Amino acid sequence: MGDTGSVPRLGLEGVTKRFGDGVAVADVSLALAAGEFFCLLGPSGCGKSTLLRLIAGFETPSTGLIRVDGLDLAGLPPHRRPVNMMFQSYALFPHKTVAGNIAYGLDGLSRTDRSARVKTLLARVRLENFEDRRIETLSGGQRQRVALARALAREPGVLLLDEPLGALDRGLREETQGELRALQRRLGTTFVMVTHDPGEAMALADRIGVMDRGRLVQVGDAATLYERPATRFVAGLLGDVNLIPGRITGRDGEWIVVETGFGPLRASASESAPGEGEAATLALRPERIGMDASEGPAGTITEVTYLGVRVRSQVRMNDGTLLRVSTPAASHAFGLQARDLHGPGDTIRLDLAPEACRILPP
Amino acid sequence: MSVFGRLSLSLGLAFLYGPIFVLVAYSFNASALVTVWGGFSTRWYGVLFADGPLLAAATVSLHVGVAAAALATLFGTFAALALDRGGRFPGRPVFGGLLYVPMVMPEVVTGLALLLLFVGTGFERGLVTLVVAHATLGLGFVAVIVGARLKGIDRALEEAAADLGAGPLRVFATVTLPLIAPAVAAGFLLAFTLSLDDLVIASFVTGPGATTLPMRLYSQVRLGVNPEINAASTLLVGGVTTIVLTASWLSARPARSSVKSV
Amino acid sequence: MIRPARLLALVPALWLGAFVLLPGLIILKISLSSAATAQPPYLPVLDWSAGLEGWSSFLEALDFTNFETLLSDTLYRDAALSSLALAGLATLILALIGTPIAHAMARAPERAQPLLVALVIVPFWTSFLIRIYAWIAILKPEGLLSGALLRLGLVDRPLEVLGTQGAILIGLTYAYLPFMVLPLYAVMARLDPHLREAAADLGASPARVFWSVTLPLARLGLMAGALLCFVPMVGEFIIPDLLGGSDTLMLGRVLWSEFFSNRDWPLASAVAILMLALLVVPMVLLRDSGARPGEAGR
Repeated sequence: MGDTGSVPRLGLEGVTKRFGDGVAVADVSLALAAGEFFCLLGPSGCGKSTLLRLIAGFETPSTGLIRVDGLDLAGLPPHRRPVNMMFQSYALFPHKTVAGNIAYGLDGLSRTDRSARVKTLLARVRLENFEDRRIETLSGGQRQRVALARALAREPGVLLLDEPLGALDRGLREETQGELRALQRRLGTTFVMVTHDPGEAMALADRIGVMDRGRLVQVGDAATLYERPATRFVAGLLGDVNLIPGRITGRDGEWIVVETGFGPLRASASESAPGEGEAATLALRPERIGMDASEGPAGTITEVTYLGVRVRSQVRMNDGTLLRVSTPAASHAFGLQARDLHGPGDTIRLDLAPEACRILPP
Repeated sequence: MSVFGRLSLSLGLAFLYGPIFVLVAYSFNASALVTVWGGFSTRWYGVLFADGPLLAAATVSLHVGVAAAALATLFGTFAALALDRGGRFPGRPVFGGLLYVPMVMPEVVTGLALLLLFVGTGFERGLVTLVVAHATLGLGFVAVIVGARLKGIDRALEEAAADLGAGPLRVFATVTLPLIAPAVAAGFLLAFTLSLDDLVIASFVTGPGATTLPMRLYSQVRLGVNPEINAASTLLVGGVTTIVLTASWLSARPARSSVKSV
Repeated sequence: MIRPARLLALVPALWLGAFVLLPGLIILKISLSSAATAQPPYLPVLDWSAGLEGWSSFLEALDFTNFETLLSDTLYRDAALSSLALAGLATLILALIGTPIAHAMARAPERAQPLLVALVIVPFWTSFLIRIYAWIAILKPEGLLSGALLRLGLVDRPLEVLGTQGAILIGLTYAYLPFMVLPLYAVMARLDPHLREAAADLGASPARVFWSVTLPLARLGLMAGALLCFVPMVGEFIIPDLLGGSDTLMLGRVLWSEFFSNRDWPLASAVAILMLALLVVPMVLLRDSGARPGEAGR
């Protein structure tokens, strides 16, 4: 992965797609290494599926270049591109058997080679002896695997997956995530997967690209995106976050001081943070806030919700700002009585460590 | 279902089928008088099969029906494909409108208009003009039926085929066509039935020597009720019922389970 | 993606141009031709070689006599009015009897519904001529209906139904019932059953559920069905010809007799244009209602 210097497996340069007056994909540039598992993450309508269709050749970019191993794909119709796609609806041919579907892209092979190849592919997705089954007799999970096998049949350099797990039940989904990841590792194929589920993207991808209204706003691994989001959108997409408005007033050593409604806070800056004197947003993950601090801003607990693994509390600061705080629930199990716990009405001080506070554009 | 629902349904179906039942029953009446039951007999079928002009008219109708349905199916399928897959092309609204006109136009108007065209251009009237008129009539119906089916096909199926390396022609032959085949077949059968059933347009556009079955029946019917016509009607009803049941079975099957083998 | 598909439009477009558009223009032209020349060639004839002059002489020679005849002769006015009245009345009757039938079909057990639909479609595709012919035997004075009523003592002399407007109404209702039932059923069957359940849950009686939920939501189907019946009924020929009396005139039949009996082709064309003028609004509405006769059948 990431063997720099060589030609990327998939390269996008300033790819833009306009539909009428709207822009579905705006100036996206990206380079994926061979064997990388990349997720495009974003809410519906953010342009992630359109980007996938641009790579597959079902749409033509308004401007920009798409390359696979340095080969410019412009002007190549979908059936001549070295990429394959797994469709959200699976798009399995209802009038063909499982084998007929998988062998559809293998028309260059002899009959025996083809059936051997179908066998291998079916084994790969754990559907041995399913060759002659009709699509309508398959379960959702089985269909998903046939679609995967069919898309892999031509050994594409890049496999595009449009919400491949979207139609599965929750339990099956998690199981399939593991399989998909293992298969991708084993084959070394570059995967580009579209999903709207942050958990799925974090569980599967080497790198995640977050899309917002057609733009690729941040690319990075799961930890980077979670810990060091570039925008409020990214911060909110990957998990619960307190977003507090404030103004940058100065520096304190390596930290930047931000004046909020409930007093000044020290924080670490992101690359895109505003300069001194400007408005900014502070992002604080609820689980990074400590309760029962001896010093720090004070607040009143307004709500406590026991969630099993964690306890979520809501704290009203003295200016009225509401903060969500999440603490481990383990301590509650060790014989503590309810009266020993914080309840609504209790006044506490919060530990807002500078490492936990990130400055984002307003 | 409520009592009222059952009652409406029963009465409705009785109303629809009563007259047909009467017709079929009296085709087996031994008596020549339509209102007097003279016992069971198949004599009118004998008379029917000895009726040269009637059989000749039936042959004409079959020939015209098959030819017209074939043309209507071909052109109607083309039209449906162009409308569904052709995007916005110049003249599309006019094209869609023209396709629709023969379906809603009163038959007397269609018949007269086509006749005036044939006379004006010096076209000799006969089998060919019948086929042309009936193909025009059936074209729109085929386009509607095939178009509905096309609309129901997940575009991703065709994209998947292209993604797997199939060029446009192979995509059409291996994915689109098999999926619309039931609708194309249904369209053919319906166009054929339309042709077989048409009296009005045929009366206008036909020429000497090309008398269709409905025209022959009409000239007999005008003279009054006649048991031989009852026998002919019974056969026709039986035939058309078979065709319609086949067609509705074909077109009603969901796309997912459309083509059983392959 | 596969844009060459639009090239496929070429063949059917040429066909429709030649056999729908062109005949339409010809019928318009001939309706404006001199009634004196009943057989072709008609007057005036457009002389293409004369250029603009040919056009102006062509336009000057256009003859509106046929339309004047249509408007002044009470025969045509009465035929137009009675066509509209009979078609309108029949549409009303069809709506009244079609709605409960469609409703019952949509409420029938799911497995039975395809069969019920097929049962409604079959007569609809069965020879129109024969189905109307079947009513002659039922309606004529010595026919089955009259005979049955006589035997029951409900009437004391043979009924004269055949040849009346009543017979035409029966024929229209009978022949076009599937046109009304199928689009209504199509809409009613698609209604979310939870809507009815919600109404019932909120205290509505079955009758109120029907009036306040089902019918308003099915009104598009009702409208489509009504248009689908009304338009062809106005131009109907077979039904008035076989079941109506000689005094009952409908436009379709008038056109037919002007053409076949009087051999007045220009006047027949004018009747056709009149019919189209009467029907253009319902025909456009019908197209926009999304109900294609093809989907319902014939």
